[in-house]
Amino acid sequence: MYDVIIVGAGVVGAHIARTLARYQLDILLLDKASDVGEGTTKANTAIVHAGYDAKPGSNKARFNLAGNAMFDTVCRELDVEFDRCGSYVVGVSEEARATLEDLYRRGLENGTPGLELISGEEMRRREPGLTEDTVGALYAATGGIVDPFALCYAAAENAVANGVELRLETEVQGFIWEGDAIVGVETNRGPFRSRWVVIAAGLWVDDLMHEAGLEGFTITPRKGEYFVLDREAKTAVQNVLFPCPTPVSKGILVTPTIHGNVMLGPTAEDIEDKENLSTTAAGLNEVMTGALRLMPQLDARWIIRSFTGLRAAGSTGDFLIEIPDEVQGLLVLAGIESPGLTASPAIAEHVAAMLGEAGLPLVERPDFNPIRHGTPRFSLLSREEQEALIAQDPRYGRIVCRCETVTEAEIVAACHAPIPARTYDAMKRRTRIGTGRCQGAFDTPLVLEIMAREYGVSPLELTQKGGASHMVVRRTKEVAE
Amino acid sequence: MKQLACDVLVIGSGPAGLAAAWEAKQQGAERVMLLERNDELGGILPQCIHNGFGVREFGDDLTGPEYAYRWIAKAHEARLEILSETMVLDVGRDRRVVASSRDHGLVEITPRALVLAMGCRERPRGALAIPGSRPAGIYSAGTAQRLVNMEGYMPGRRFVILGSGDIGMIMARRLTLEGAEVVAMLEILPYISGLRRNLVQCIRDFDIPLELCTTVAEVRGRDRVESVVVSGVDEQWRPLPGTDREIACDTLLLSVGLIPENELSRMAGVAIDPVTGGPYVDESFCTNVPGIFAAGNVVHVYDLVDDVSENARIAGRSAGRYVTQGAPPEDGSVRLLAGTNVRHVVPHTVHLSRLEQEAVVLNLRVRQPIEEPVRVEVRAGDEALVSRRYRYARPSEMIALTLPSALASRLAAYDAVNIDVIS
Ligand SMILES: Cc1cc2nc3c(=O)[nH]c(=O)nc-3n(C[C@H](O)[C@H](O)[C@H](O)COP(=O)(O)OP(=O)(O)OC[C@H]3O[C@@H](n4cnc5c(N)ncnc54)[C@H](O)[C@@H]3O)c2cc1C
Ligand SMILES: Cc1cc2nc3c(=O)[nH]c(=O)nc-3n(C[C@H](O)[C@H](O)[C@H](O)COP(=O)(O)OP(=O)(O)OC[C@H]3O[C@@H](n4cnc5c(N)ncnc54)[C@H](O)[C@@H]3O)c2cc1C
Repeated sequence: MYDVIIVGAGVVGAHIARTLARYQLDILLLDKASDVGEGTTKANTAIVHAGYDAKPGSNKARFNLAGNAMFDTVCRELDVEFDRCGSYVVGVSEEARATLEDLYRRGLENGTPGLELISGEEMRRREPGLTEDTVGALYAATGGIVDPFALCYAAAENAVANGVELRLETEVQGFIWEGDAIVGVETNRGPFRSRWVVIAAGLWVDDLMHEAGLEGFTITPRKGEYFVLDREAKTAVQNVLFPCPTPVSKGILVTPTIHGNVMLGPTAEDIEDKENLSTTAAGLNEVMTGALRLMPQLDARWIIRSFTGLRAAGSTGDFLIEIPDEVQGLLVLAGIESPGLTASPAIAEHVAAMLGEAGLPLVERPDFNPIRHGTPRFSLLSREEQEALIAQDPRYGRIVCRCETVTEAEIVAACHAPIPARTYDAMKRRTRIGTGRCQGAFDTPLVLEIMAREYGVSPLELTQKGGASHMVVRRTKEVAE
Repeated sequence: MKQLACDVLVIGSGPAGLAAAWEAKQQGAERVMLLERNDELGGILPQCIHNGFGVREFGDDLTGPEYAYRWIAKAHEARLEILSETMVLDVGRDRRVVASSRDHGLVEITPRALVLAMGCRERPRGALAIPGSRPAGIYSAGTAQRLVNMEGYMPGRRFVILGSGDIGMIMARRLTLEGAEVVAMLEILPYISGLRRNLVQCIRDFDIPLELCTTVAEVRGRDRVESVVVSGVDEQWRPLPGTDREIACDTLLLSVGLIPENELSRMAGVAIDPVTGGPYVDESFCTNVPGIFAAGNVVHVYDLVDDVSENARIAGRSAGRYVTQGAPPEDGSVRLLAGTNVRHVVPHTVHLSRLEQEAVVLNLRVRQPIEEPVRVEVRAGDEALVSRRYRYARPSEMIALTLPSALASRLAAYDAVNIDVIS
């Protein structure tokens, strides 16, 4: 019997787990995927929004601002890469001036600090590659970029280190009822009972709400396609650049990533299938065209990867965070689309407070430790620090991923972390193997070998992302060793 | 950091690095050091278990590992200092090299001459921006070659190969021999991009369906690849509507081009030719940075390993002489420009005093195939300084053209000459 079961280990579920781990509670965090953060959390723009564009008075505005303010502390405690580099909305037409002013006013109303309208010349001075059509920009000093994968797995790891139980590949298929009260979940791995069930299931929340007998709320998956550019592109792009927004999306951005690449996207297209993460010729074309409108000199030869993220666009247009009257023991988080990543730490605080008010005893745990230490990233260290590490553990001396300079020690550490990276993609998100310009061509055989050795399994059992995504399918004829 | 000293340092122990290091030693450089990131020497050769290597170099038809082994034996005999499992992380303009290894930690080496021989890497899917899903089962042909030939694992059962590069063709045969099915090889161009001999021996002999002017328009599948949608293309290489067809497969191999590996070269301030992807070099394979030379696929992608060894020896000889005799005097040079139907020419410049002493062999690739006799000419204005006949010209087959020493005096009148290939 748990006190709380959290369904969904995306960035929202992970932060809720970590926040509740401060208290003397038995907590179970469940996800149907093979790793934490496999949902929307792994595929988004990774921007810590300043909070000027959400509708004043909305949950989005409230939690965006509150979340943004928590990032320095949260990322320091969790050892997550975060850069409060500021962000820009760039106007490239006369009509855009009015939009920029609207955004500025809305930002003031929302209480966004550090906003400033700047001229086109000033903007181009700060970002020389911008189009000559640039008429002006809105600068938001509190905007930033973050490692979205790490924000999720670090929070989940810290939760686990503080006693939260995590079960992956565990899909909630229904609820255990006692009268009108939900007292647990039915899963593919059997039932789990609890006093509270918190649903943070992203795209799938409406299905679970339906299962809980709640009507009316629907999620529409809204596809966003992206390109990732080689590090070389970083020479041409310094800043987080949004175009002027439209009613459905914030438009095609050009932005550096926290890891030194450049990202272009996303598109915005409503679709039906919640698992359709494919890119399309039309979408990718729109990404490039949109990006070139801001930065005409971007070079298509810099492209190293494309991907798709799905926004969990809710039917109310705002974050829905509630304990529904109709059912006891249930808290739902629905429609957590952008700025959900930014809002996640603040949403978690709010959820804890709601549960406390609803009667869950929140007694602080004396031994709660908010600090998580990640594995040192060899490529980011000084030569002296690198030497010291190799002296401690010679496996830091063996480079396994040539493009991103990832060492064997980092891969081994990710195999034995509180949440082990069991798949190639999980390893990629932990260590950055395979994310550079050769896209895994060099490291794949080496990583398979190391993971097989560390887990004591055959490479035949390893997958790219769980399920049937095996990387190799059989041995060749027996080869002499 | 541990400091090491040597005369000539070579980065990469493929056929280029081995030949350059060996030759530098023959020139009298005393301490020649070879750094290799893999645990085995030989570069890409250990995974190329097919034959066809060394016919010119050794007069024998060898497999890749055999060819490598002969060179490795020579390297040991010449007492080269070899550090394997050692990755070079950084190279400065002053030739200061920082490398990392499990056994020695970080080491810093400042050689008197440096030879870049890092080879090339394969172009990944991302570079083609093929739409669709991102399941397991998409590999570059070279990665698959390593998995099959060195690790002993099959990456799939039913393959479609995109691109008709040599590695792709060789893998089509290998996979078939290993009991897999290769259901199609697709090439976006109207002609194959690898060697004719591989087409015959690896594709035709094994009845592998080859479709030209065709590409993969979409990848499908959730966990593993389940199928690819293939489509004909128009002149701009865009998929032609209405020509789609779905082919069931569990693996997509990409053999869509090699890119010289020049991250380190850039760090060292070496100027890179955007066409070849490799350094600008002169006839001695010296880059724009004095004392830094380049050899093998790092300069431009060769088709035959024998050519790699031959050219790398020139680079090694230049590095050796740079150490024993000092930098050659700066004197008059002429630039060689890619002219009509020529994609690129290596070397990019030729010093006339050195041409006077020794003929220089140019390597060039054409843009378009010409399946009839062609003339390869060195032209200055209306004048053809050299003109030679060849039976045909194909982008997949590098053309060698010799500039005789006698030409030096005539070239002195020009800053630059054009190399043309015309029918
Ligand atoms: C294109 C795009 C761009 C974005 N850009 C930004 C941005 O720049 N800044 C920003 O702040 N936000 C951004 N967002 C929003 C942000 O990514 C999301 O708000 C956030 O990731 C949502 O996290 P989550 O935990 O709610 O959902 P998810 O990460 O989707 O997590 C839900 C989890 O629930 C699991 N699950 C679902 N059903 C079940 C079940 N039945 N049983 C067990 N587990 C289940 C899933 O496997 C999944 O792991 C963007 C979103 C998209 C799509
Ligand atoms: C996958 C593949 C298959 C091929 N198959 C054939 C074939 O069948 N027949 C044929 O004639 N040709 C083939 N070729 C081409 C042939 O292999 C090349 O012509 C030849 O190997 C090039 O030699 P090289 O020494 O320039 O490069 P490589 O053989 O690639 O050697 C480069 C070496 O440098 C090392 N290196 C790179 N960076 C660093 C660093 N930072 N620190 C330390 N070491 C480093 C690499 O590990 C590698 O060992 C193939 C090429 C590839 C890529």
